Amino acid sequence: MKITGAEALVKCLENENVKVVFGYPGAAICPFYDALLDSGIMHILTRHEQGAAHAASGYSRATDKVGVCAATSGPGATNLITGIATAYMDSIPMIAITGQVETGLIGRDVFQEVDITGATTPFCKHNYLVKDANDIPRIMKEAFHIASTGRPGPVLIDIPIDMQIQKIGFIYPESVNIKGYKPTYRGHLLQIKKVAEAVKNAQRPLICAGGGIISANASAELIELIEKCGIPVVTTLMGIGSIPSEHPMNLGMLGSHGSYGANNALYNADMLLILGARVGDRAMGAAHDIAKRAVIAHIDIDPAEIGKNIGTSIPVVGDIKESLKKLGEISTHGDKSHWIFKLEENVLKNQKHTEIKMESTTVNPGYFLDRLSGIIDEDTIITTEVGQNQIWAASHLRIMNPRTFITSGGLGTMGYGLPSAVGVKIGRPQAKVLSISGDGSFQMSLQELGTIKQYKLGVKIVLFNNSTLGMVRELQKLKYCGRYSAVILEDNPDFIKLVEAYGFTGERISSNEEIDGALDRMMENDGPYLLECMVDPEEPTL
Amino acid sequence: MAKHTLSVLVENHAGVLSRVAGLFSRRGFNIDSLTVGVTENPQVSRMTIVVDGDEYIVEQVSKQLNKLIDVIKIKQLDKADSVSRELVLLKVNADASTRSEIIQIVEIFRGNIVDVSKTTLTIEISGPTEKIEALVDMVRQFGIREIVRTGTIAIDRGNKIIEIDNT
Ligand SMILES: Cc1ncc(C[n+]2csc(CCOP(=O)(O)OP(=O)(O)O)c2C)c(N)n1
Repeated sequence: MKITGAEALVKCLENENVKVVFGYPGAAICPFYDALLDSGIMHILTRHEQGAAHAASGYSRATDKVGVCAATSGPGATNLITGIATAYMDSIPMIAITGQVETGLIGRDVFQEVDITGATTPFCKHNYLVKDANDIPRIMKEAFHIASTGRPGPVLIDIPIDMQIQKIGFIYPESVNIKGYKPTYRGHLLQIKKVAEAVKNAQRPLICAGGGIISANASAELIELIEKCGIPVVTTLMGIGSIPSEHPMNLGMLGSHGSYGANNALYNADMLLILGARVGDRAMGAAHDIAKRAVIAHIDIDPAEIGKNIGTSIPVVGDIKESLKKLGEISTHGDKSHWIFKLEENVLKNQKHTEIKMESTTVNPGYFLDRLSGIIDEDTIITTEVGQNQIWAASHLRIMNPRTFITSGGLGTMGYGLPSAVGVKIGRPQAKVLSISGDGSFQMSLQELGTIKQYKLGVKIVLFNNSTLGMVRELQKLKYCGRYSAVILEDNPDFIKLVEAYGFTGERISSNEEIDGALDRMMENDGPYLLECMVDPEEPTL
Repeated sequence: MAKHTLSVLVENHAGVLSRVAGLFSRRGFNIDSLTVGVTENPQVSRMTIVVDGDEYIVEQVSKQLNKLIDVIKIKQLDKADSVSRELVLLKVNADASTRSEIIQIVEIFRGNIVDVSKTTLTIEISGPTEKIEALVDMVRQFGIREIVRTGTIAIDRGNKIIEIDNT
């Protein structure tokens, strides 16, 4: 029996066990939306296509499934772009489906035509323009395979409307065979042995755990290894959650916005084992110097990351989980307690102690997050925006499990936190979902409050309102002699009234003494909730 | 900086060339030349890319190209162990007084005269880049009107071939 290309598309999604599509319709994708009605797949209508892409990416991160988003041609497709690039930079598996104008009209600049495959090529793992509807099952099978295997990433499929209407015989392929795509999963044993040897011989070994640990679900293997060999760990921003914040060997986040403990360890290490991290400039600025001081070993599924930003003496290409398992097996028990002791001593010596006054006219965000950490359970999932709020969250929140700290690391996309929380809540309805926000970022995806209202999602928002684009203001203060240019958010709206219009409960606090009571009220409420904290614009990031 | 020759087997379908070219511009790699044509297998095209850069750049280029799903296989060709050729068409000024001298030079280089007019000669020459450059140098004095170059293609010497593993 023949079915339409659009029906085939939906069947492919069903075959891939897709439960939800985040999207926004338009003429060029209408056949797909029509076919969607006859399937059990839920559709979440976001209020902007960028929100759909971010929601799909949040969904992927929280659930370890492939998030799917859909949009129409032209402006619908271009609105997805920031979400696709965000997912690409953080290696998040995602499928984006876009409608396209009729095949015969492509290239003639007809209404709502854009070359979306051309536009997204630099920040997609792969993309397809469907030229024959009979290819739809193969393309979809390949797309899911490519998105979710190897180093994960977004894949876009652009489907002209006539391809959605054309009738085809449907057989979903059981396997894929892509000549040019064969990720290496098994790390070379000899290389892994070399890593074990280097760890053993090192006086001051250190592990840098990146987002790769989380995408490979390798936390248990990581923790087993460090406990066996006695190696301390620092994480990147993307690696937060790979090892519990409270683990005694976890020294925190490294980098320009990282902790003293983590950076001090990196500075003093004589051996560095990088796991699923791409040595980005924010994490390891002076990578060249690090390589001079320490023996570098790097395990990554993507060979192109090894040697890209740091000279590596022991490269291992392969799946982190498998490689760590092997490494754990062949490593000998080690005792590096003198080194860990030294690190702890340094941290103690350099501890800043800021006294928190309870009666205050603003909320101290660090203290607030410390208090919040004390009351959230381990399954609470945090999303963040970008700016000071992101770094405050990264450095203060107690994150105990992988996939519970969701943030835009590589692209640093403001407006990510709220829509990604939508995706997280859809994917993990039982978990408490809390979005940490700044007043700038919050207003970039504000419209998704409507999505939260429509689908009755109990998303909680903590809004640090400092009436400025705090992180940029701080940069201008320190690097541009305090000449503030376009960073003041003068005359913000009344955010409480605003969210109330969307069915939220809202509360505003402006002193530290109000924190505990307000937190209790927020956590007891199952509905959508916004807690606005008035923050001093002078509050530093670190 | 040194020149490196990469042979790249790619899927023979639309969009592949733009993906490869886009990658070079995005990552800031310099291409000297890029040629592409279909292979004995009609589903596969072969590109020859000459890259300007040090070992780090060449490694990065190879690894990043390898990440493209449409790229099937990459091999860096060893200069001493491969044969490389380029085809060039050259239009030079030539009149009765210079024509025979030019023809003589072209003969020495084993080139061909493929077109002639009252004021020009068109030369066809193929060979490794050095030979072509030498000829261009020799005829420059007559006045070069136009040059068209195909870019380098290259192949391994001996019985070595670049095979697609079908695992
Ligand atoms: C889409 C986007 N535009 C601009 C920036 C640059 N930027 C980085 S942080 C920041 C300020 C964020 O302000 P806010 O959300 O209020 O957070 P705060 O720093 O005050 O906590 C800006 C504008 C960005 N990261 N993303």
